[in-house]
Amino acid sequence: MDRFEYVSATTVAEALAQLGEGRQVKAGGIDLLDRMKEGLSSPKRIVNIRTISELDGVEIDASGLTIGPTTTLATVAAHEPLRDSYRAIADAARAAATPQIRNVATAGGNLLQRPRCWYFRERDFDCLRKGGQGCFAQDGANRYHAIFGNDLCAMVHPSDLAVPLTAFDAVLDLTSAKGTRKVPISTFYVGPETDPTRETDLHRDELLTAIRVPAPPPGTRSAYFKQKEKESADWPLAGVAVALQISSGVVQRASVVLGAVAATPWRSKPAEAALTGRAIDEAAARRAAAAAVADAKPLAWNGYKVAVLETIIRRTILEAAS
Amino acid sequence: MTEETSRKTRPETLTVGIAGSRLTTTQREVPANDPPPLPPNSDLHVVGKRVPRIDGARIVTGAARYTADIRLPGMLYARMITSPHPHARIASIDTAAAAACPGVRAVHVLDRYEKDPIVRYAGQPVAAVAAVSQAAADEAARLVRIAWEPLPFVVDVESARAADAPLVYPPNPDDKVPRKGNVRGPVKRGPRGKPAGDALDALANSPVVVDHTYRTQVQTHATLETHGVVADWQPGSAIVYASTQATVAFRDELAEVFGIPKARIRIITEYMGGGFGSKLGMGPYGVLALHLSKKAGRPVRLMLDRREEQRCTGNRPSSVQHLRLGATRDGKLTAIHLSSYGTGGVGGGAGSAGPAQNMYDCPNVETEEADVFTHAGPSAAMRAPGHPQGCFALEQSIDAVAEKLGIDPLRLRDLNDSNAARREERRIGAEMIGWSARHKPGADKGTIRRGIGAAQSIWYRFVRLDSACEVRLDREGSVEIVSAVQDIGTGIRTVLAQVVAEELGIDPRGVIVRIGDTSFPAGPSSGGSLTTGSITPPARNAAHGVRTQLLEVAAPLLKADPAHLDLREGRVVVKSDPSRSISLREAAAKIGPDQIAVRARRSEDYGTPPLPPGQTSGMGLEIYGGVQFAQVAVDTGTGAIKVERVVAVHDCARPMNPLTIESQIKGGIIQGISYALFEDRTLDANAGLMVNPNLEMYKIAGSRETPVIDVHLLEEYIGRTSTDAGGIGEPATIPTAAAVANAVHNALGVRMLELPMTPDRVLSALRTVRS
Repeated sequence: MDRFEYVSATTVAEALAQLGEGRQVKAGGIDLLDRMKEGLSSPKRIVNIRTISELDGVEIDASGLTIGPTTTLATVAAHEPLRDSYRAIADAARAAATPQIRNVATAGGNLLQRPRCWYFRERDFDCLRKGGQGCFAQDGANRYHAIFGNDLCAMVHPSDLAVPLTAFDAVLDLTSAKGTRKVPISTFYVGPETDPTRETDLHRDELLTAIRVPAPPPGTRSAYFKQKEKESADWPLAGVAVALQISSGVVQRASVVLGAVAATPWRSKPAEAALTGRAIDEAAARRAAAAAVADAKPLAWNGYKVAVLETIIRRTILEAAS
Repeated sequence: MTEETSRKTRPETLTVGIAGSRLTTTQREVPANDPPPLPPNSDLHVVGKRVPRIDGARIVTGAARYTADIRLPGMLYARMITSPHPHARIASIDTAAAAACPGVRAVHVLDRYEKDPIVRYAGQPVAAVAAVSQAAADEAARLVRIAWEPLPFVVDVESARAADAPLVYPPNPDDKVPRKGNVRGPVKRGPRGKPAGDALDALANSPVVVDHTYRTQVQTHATLETHGVVADWQPGSAIVYASTQATVAFRDELAEVFGIPKARIRIITEYMGGGFGSKLGMGPYGVLALHLSKKAGRPVRLMLDRREEQRCTGNRPSSVQHLRLGATRDGKLTAIHLSSYGTGGVGGGAGSAGPAQNMYDCPNVETEEADVFTHAGPSAAMRAPGHPQGCFALEQSIDAVAEKLGIDPLRLRDLNDSNAARREERRIGAEMIGWSARHKPGADKGTIRRGIGAAQSIWYRFVRLDSACEVRLDREGSVEIVSAVQDIGTGIRTVLAQVVAEELGIDPRGVIVRIGDTSFPAGPSSGGSLTTGSITPPARNAAHGVRTQLLEVAAPLLKADPAHLDLREGRVVVKSDPSRSISLREAAAKIGPDQIAVRARRSEDYGTPPLPPGQTSGMGLEIYGGVQFAQVAVDTGTGAIKVERVVAVHDCARPMNPLTIESQIKGGIIQGISYALFEDRTLDANAGLMVNPNLEMYKIAGSRETPVIDVHLLEEYIGRTSTDAGGIGEPATIPTAAAVANAVHNALGVRMLELPMTPDRVLSALRTVRS
């Protein structure tokens, strides 16, 4: 790890004044510290934003939910009112990482973490995401890699929270000295075809200042589930968030978003279409799951993820509706 | 100080057999200076009891000092420079820029590259720098300029076997075992040596044949404390704080490499955080640290980081095992034939035939084992080398024979395994797991399918005579035992205290145990599950010598014959009249000018031909083993296996401390589950680099993968030493993966032929039964 300076900001304005070349924002520091230890990031100065109290906390009112970006995952997981109306979000926070990490890691950090692909994390592979020439996973060790949109880069998006937040149509406040942009999470994450060296639309002079979730329509139920190889401290093989607005026993609106199967949270329009206008039962869930994986394009070693994903989509649809 | 060794013997009556089942006695000649045999555990006060670790509080509160904790005045910090290439020639090394870096005090390049300037795996240590801080050393390490000429490489075991594969080592006509390309061997063997009978002929004539090919992965040791040393070179001598499981072997290697007398070297390992076989030598890290310290004239700390640890400190080789079993229709094994190869990277030792050779009574046994060299990190002995792999194959094929014949798998084992302990273990374990309610393979329906399976292990009883202790009693009544033996983490400190406490009638917590220091009497390496069996007999012999001398001191004080005195609860007591007693402290005050100190070393096994002259290690007559039963739940939708319960029934001769033994067995089972389901050293075949050199993507079982574990310990007396203690470290992990695989077969009706049993492989296996 290289030498660096460390400053703590107490207001958003102070933090913004610190941003720029060679600067890295630190909230929980879980991902950043890892990257620094592995020699992947060498910031000259770290800007600590855990000291900005206005960025910490969960608020819920009639218009929706606001999660401050420095709120810990443990806080999000344990927030009772949040769990009542936004269950998939609470589930995702609780499913992330380990109890120790959830006590330190933040919601914003979870959304902004860099790829966990082992070729990205291993310093000797100069991959596309690090400005190199290609994706080593394409014809390499790709058992944990993408089964959708994997032509250029086969990384999977590792965030748990991003999946249900996409299902709930969250909007992110991105603040710079010029003001605040409100960006839907669905366009916030960018695929490798846009720019393989970044995963998000966050500009270098911007700070994520709020995660806003509009209040879901009445009758909305949701669930999140991820399948891991092992239950302790592991990354998902596949994840899924389902939000269903059901009235008179029929799905009015369905959101099905897949995690850890593509470079961004992956909204499954085919699954949503298969559910909309239907009553939820085993057969409907099965059809939707099959539709969701129909156009999957697995690589040499990750074909099993299609089956895993199909199973958990089916189960999570039933779980959300129950 | 006296050395209690003698070739004179006396006859003794020893208890042998299994407590609770069949205990008898036998007469054997015992070395004249050995104490009277210990009675069974039921008649003892401290040995065989569940004594909590005397150093437990120190360990969990962080007071215990590990190598990584050592800080010496003026100490420098080191960082290694390792190869980024799987195979390359070093054209030149320029250390000038690194040496000129602020704070740098020494740079050293390993001598071996002068003769052979080739690196053969990515992560291979080449050089190291020492500086006043870790940051300065890290910075300087990046400035060492090595001109590499990359060479063709092969990391995949199948590709490495091809005739045109890039060679890991040049041809060498002097090889003891012939090598063709990258393939060394095969070596043909059989039960404890040469092949027995004619296995191929017997297979051809067997009415029932089971023929499977099994594959197992490369597992890394992943010790919690990484490899490392703090080396303090002084002119003509050295003190090294080392994370080692073999202080004496480390010292001997250092003496040879640096050409200084053993007596001028001191290796200290007060506490160490795991080795599993990978810390039996100095390693290139040890050599580098010593050279750096010698050059800088200051102590040097070189602790590996996790990436280095995962790449260059060792691994359990992979295996591909073609195993054929033949049997009669009534279930008697007629033939075992194993043909296997595997890769330990640049290292050998990929054999897996131990279980096939030695587990069952079978007239025709032949094994052929080959090592395949690849441009990958070196193998190192790992917790029962070859056995978990071999067991995974053998114990599944035994189940397959049973299934083919419609015989219960445990019954089939009864028919082919005459070992009394194993038989008892199968019986007890079957009762504990509810074996009689076990359904037919694949009979469970539904999404989550459960099954139970069993597998057994064998392990060898190694004898190490160069194991010694000294026990001291001073005039204040303090009792101390010292030995170079190290605690690999299994609790030998506590067991030594128990042995001394039993002999002197005191509380084990009152015994001062100083170990892990080569300035004390020699101790054995902790490898081969031999520590307890090797070091407790001399501990008892020395303690008994102290006891004898103390009773002589106390006798006049109590006006009694020493033979009529006993030591109990910290007092010297007249046996016939316990009201006549004095405290041990009072008696100790009367001992000679200084202290009573008795040194003893391990005697030859009782009733066994002595080892050949000059030989200090060998193999005992008995073997250890155990039977494990696993209950699994398999999610047929996701392919995830959950091990819900493991019942483990093991023997290790006399259990010295059931608490620490159970703890080792639990650790062995957790490591076995981890091997069965998760761990997999993964190399990118195109680049020849490891993609998971960390504990995030190299997956290890955690708390939520740990099942309910029920341990039953057999108390088996074999009457071979003054403590009759045995070992458990290795047999505890051998059968777990096989038991899990047999349980998965019971759940799904399909056999898992490859480790680890990942969701991918479970789902593929399920497709074969569905189609």
